[in-house]
Amino acid sequence: MHNKTLAELAQGLKSGEFSSVELTTHYLDRIKSLDEKTNAFITTTEEHALAQAKQADQVRAEGNATALTGIPIAHKDIFCTEGIKTSCGSKMLDNFIAPYESTVTQKCNEAGLVTLGKTNMDEFAMGSSNESSFYGVCKNPWDLEKIPGGSSGGSAAAVAARLAPIATGTDTGGSIRQPASMCNITGLKPTYGRVSRWGMIAFASSLDQAGPMAQTAEDAAMLLNSMAGLDLKDSTSMDQPVEDYTANLNNGLEGLRIGLPKEYFAEGLNDSVKAAIEASIKELEKQGAILKEISLSTTKLSVPAYYVIAPAEASANLSRFDGVRFGYRCEDPQDLMDLYTRSRGEGFGDEVKRRIMIGAYALSAGYYDAYYKKAQQVRRLIKNDFANAFNEVDVIAGPTAPTTAFKLGEKTSDPVTMYLEDIFTISVNLAGLPAITVPAGFADGMPTGLQLIGNYFQESKLLNIGHKYQQATDWHKKTPEQFA
Amino acid sequence: MEWETVIGLEIHVQLATESKIFSGASTTFGAEANTQACAVDLGLPGVLPVVNEKAIELGVRFGLAIDAEIGMKSAFDRKNYFYPDLPKGYQTTQMDYPIVGVGHVDIELEDGTTKRIGVTRAHLEEDAGKSLHEDFDGQSGIDLNRAGTPLLEIVSEPDIRSAKEAVAYVKKMHSLVQYLDVSDGNMSQGSMRADCNVSIRPKGQEEFGTRTEIKNVNSFKFIEKAINAEIERQIDLIEDGGKVVQETRLYDANKNETRSMRSKEVANDYRYFPCPDLLPIHITEEYVESVRSTLPELPDQKCERFQNELGLSHYDASVISASRAMADYFETVQTKINDAKLAANWVMGELSRLLNQDDKDITESPVSAEQLADMLARLKDNTISSKAAKTVIEALWNGEGSVDEIIDAKGLKQVSDTGAIEAIVDEVIANCPQQVEQYVSAEPDKRGKMVGFFVGQVMKASKGAANPGQVNQVLKKKLDALC
Amino acid sequence: MSIDHDEVAKIAQLARLNIEPAQMDQYAENLSSILDLVDQLQAADTDGIEPLANPLDATQRLRPDQVTEANQREHFQKNAPSAEQGLFLVPKVIE
Repeated sequence: MHNKTLAELAQGLKSGEFSSVELTTHYLDRIKSLDEKTNAFITTTEEHALAQAKQADQVRAEGNATALTGIPIAHKDIFCTEGIKTSCGSKMLDNFIAPYESTVTQKCNEAGLVTLGKTNMDEFAMGSSNESSFYGVCKNPWDLEKIPGGSSGGSAAAVAARLAPIATGTDTGGSIRQPASMCNITGLKPTYGRVSRWGMIAFASSLDQAGPMAQTAEDAAMLLNSMAGLDLKDSTSMDQPVEDYTANLNNGLEGLRIGLPKEYFAEGLNDSVKAAIEASIKELEKQGAILKEISLSTTKLSVPAYYVIAPAEASANLSRFDGVRFGYRCEDPQDLMDLYTRSRGEGFGDEVKRRIMIGAYALSAGYYDAYYKKAQQVRRLIKNDFANAFNEVDVIAGPTAPTTAFKLGEKTSDPVTMYLEDIFTISVNLAGLPAITVPAGFADGMPTGLQLIGNYFQESKLLNIGHKYQQATDWHKKTPEQFA
Repeated sequence: MEWETVIGLEIHVQLATESKIFSGASTTFGAEANTQACAVDLGLPGVLPVVNEKAIELGVRFGLAIDAEIGMKSAFDRKNYFYPDLPKGYQTTQMDYPIVGVGHVDIELEDGTTKRIGVTRAHLEEDAGKSLHEDFDGQSGIDLNRAGTPLLEIVSEPDIRSAKEAVAYVKKMHSLVQYLDVSDGNMSQGSMRADCNVSIRPKGQEEFGTRTEIKNVNSFKFIEKAINAEIERQIDLIEDGGKVVQETRLYDANKNETRSMRSKEVANDYRYFPCPDLLPIHITEEYVESVRSTLPELPDQKCERFQNELGLSHYDASVISASRAMADYFETVQTKINDAKLAANWVMGELSRLLNQDDKDITESPVSAEQLADMLARLKDNTISSKAAKTVIEALWNGEGSVDEIIDAKGLKQVSDTGAIEAIVDEVIANCPQQVEQYVSAEPDKRGKMVGFFVGQVMKASKGAANPGQVNQVLKKKLDALC
Repeated sequence: MSIDHDEVAKIAQLARLNIEPAQMDQYAENLSSILDLVDQLQAADTDGIEPLANPLDATQRLRPDQVTEANQREHFQKNAPSAEQGLFLVPKVIE
């Protein structure tokens, strides 16, 4: 059952092959027996899930089921789920029971999805390896000594290990795409403003975006249909009509112009990864796409720009964690200063503290112009760079990550080497564009993903290309042996 | 050494909106702690702000009323600092793109001249919560009801040169925001707070001296006292060889002195940056004009009109027009009785006396404008005398019924019927032969003073109901006829 | 760009983060290396370029002035570390 895609499961529920309660129980059992290997879940919501599943079966019996009714889902522990622990992977929120529901999970609940649990993640979404979580590292189901990627490592691992058919993730600098690529699943970061951020614990407000993580592009499209939409509670939510993202999946790719930035294929890119990506692009060419070499000269600037802007916004967003109204409070605070510095000092991990400090520094008197303002100017250059490229091509393709999953602990000594993992994904967030990653083969035994970047609100096109690619290849069907 | 004072004021005004600036929680004053602090106001993880359109409208209104540039692009910034009443650890305010730019107000000085005080800018921001320090055994209790209430911070140019000018400026702002329905301006409830920046310099020096900021002074009286206390302190300090330190101070009304706010002395780097959860607001010319069309007649215009069209004195016009509520009250009365002077006298006289006595604002007056108008109508048509009118107004104040009901109940109708008065006068003359004799035998120019005795007798005989004016007339006629 | 212990301490204070003395070296080193990365921005020519705040250059929607939130004090205070009589308690704030 667990090797069925979302589309197949939906069909199974519809035809009565199994009920939602049976399906949910199946996944809950798998989580119970297998999650200790990967540690993809922080919280499993067994009772709640079964109640939702029962409700879904009832709805189906009454003839009111829709596309996703009764399908189990895992949610990244960054979404506030009312009455359910919401930790954001941090000690700071270890005791936090969300008192309200995020729009994303609300929409999923309304679509009839069944919440299996909350998945592991880098603390406050800051990381590319899921090693900074308070709840322990998450391990890549393909090699338990390797990282799954981050920050949505838990969601990626859960879907890869088929502990959940689909999951939600969030992406600020690549946090959906990079773990998806490293775990052999499909992940989509929608256009900034496509999905509501209400109830999604903020890391970098102008970069964060929630998206679907699934086995296939079709599955991702089905989930995106429920996630997307205007939310008046989020001022940055865009008033863009929600199309049916499954409608154009089967469009042919003839004449599709694919841009290949030379900067994405330069030195630093692992040879095996390069080979896999080039093969996948050839497959698209076989289907009628036209390849064109382009240049995104601002690519190198994206990492430094991101590592000013994201920490700067985060430094302010995380100031609310002060031990006063919710979250971790240090024991026996002597005075106000002690309450703040120790609650935050003890509640936050090192990576979070580093980023808060870099952010505060970049905004501080004397440095604002040189760092923050400069980074925002570079950001406009990056946006313009993409705009120019999209005058010549329809989509931009390249590797999602420069390497495949590395060993646990390999990059934790120097944060900067970790940051460079994000080189292909980061500029997409800075420009606010949508991008998808699809499994594109294996490099040195580990999964690697092909990234496709589209113009604003072109999610449909990206999902279409992903789907057509997946019809001609079977990388996405492969699952790690120990989770069969 | 002759010193000159330089003062700049930052006035924070709570905007008269139903809901908060970034959330849909209520802004009603006096609610139980934390019952008006929603998820957004509490700064819970994952919440987001959405701008209240009324706050924008009120900001634009204010800007137009002070003849200011309107910020056609308006944006919000984050001001970062840690304090328990600031839930997000930053205040959302406006730094680079305030809603209102350079403007001015005119104030009247004691010598009657007008002085123009510049306004540098006015911007929108969210208010913080409150810390309560009693009852918690070494701890402070935080109430976040006020967190997120929209504020307009009005920054003056350092054009003010004395405590009295400062008070005139604040009173002008107070009057203006009430007129515009921008704020109820209630200083005791904290809807209007003033921070006073005070510095001194030797007379003739161009350079400003070091300034201190006196925070949160919440009455006109205290503003004047606090500023004067601070001026004195600074003069004493410098003349003793010391230097003024740039710092924040609080006014202690009991000791009539300012003291340093220790906790805020730690240098704060606010690290302002544009708030990424909010987008810039683009205000159009059409919008500005539509707001302009809703502006009421402003205090200065009203004052002019009261003088020019209604003939009030400058003093009366300024006092009445300073408060919109009073001006509206006055005009209601005025329109009904068509006698501006009479209306002004009573509003500024008896009515104000009663209001002060019971510590009420005119909006709380138990005597409505209609009722006062009714009473004045009875005064004008001679049904009652001025003395009786005072009784009537007190009775109205105590809720004893309508004007006519009170006149009847208390038998205040004055007798104006000439026949009746003549009868009483005849009787009095008949009963007071000695005094009549004195009158008749006195020098003509000394007779005037003696009339008072007879008037008193007539009033006594009529139990005060006789129309005094008429009594005088009839008495004089009859007495003179005897001479 | 090198950052020393004093600077680390200053920023930590600004951000209200307690850093153990034993960790100071590590933090100074890590922060310096991040700043080296970030200094690469200086190479970019940004003359006359308008900073980009929102990726879509969109404008703010306004909300009608209505009270839409009901009192949920007890519910929200379930997560409070210390609350009494409806107030959040903190070590005494000295003015």
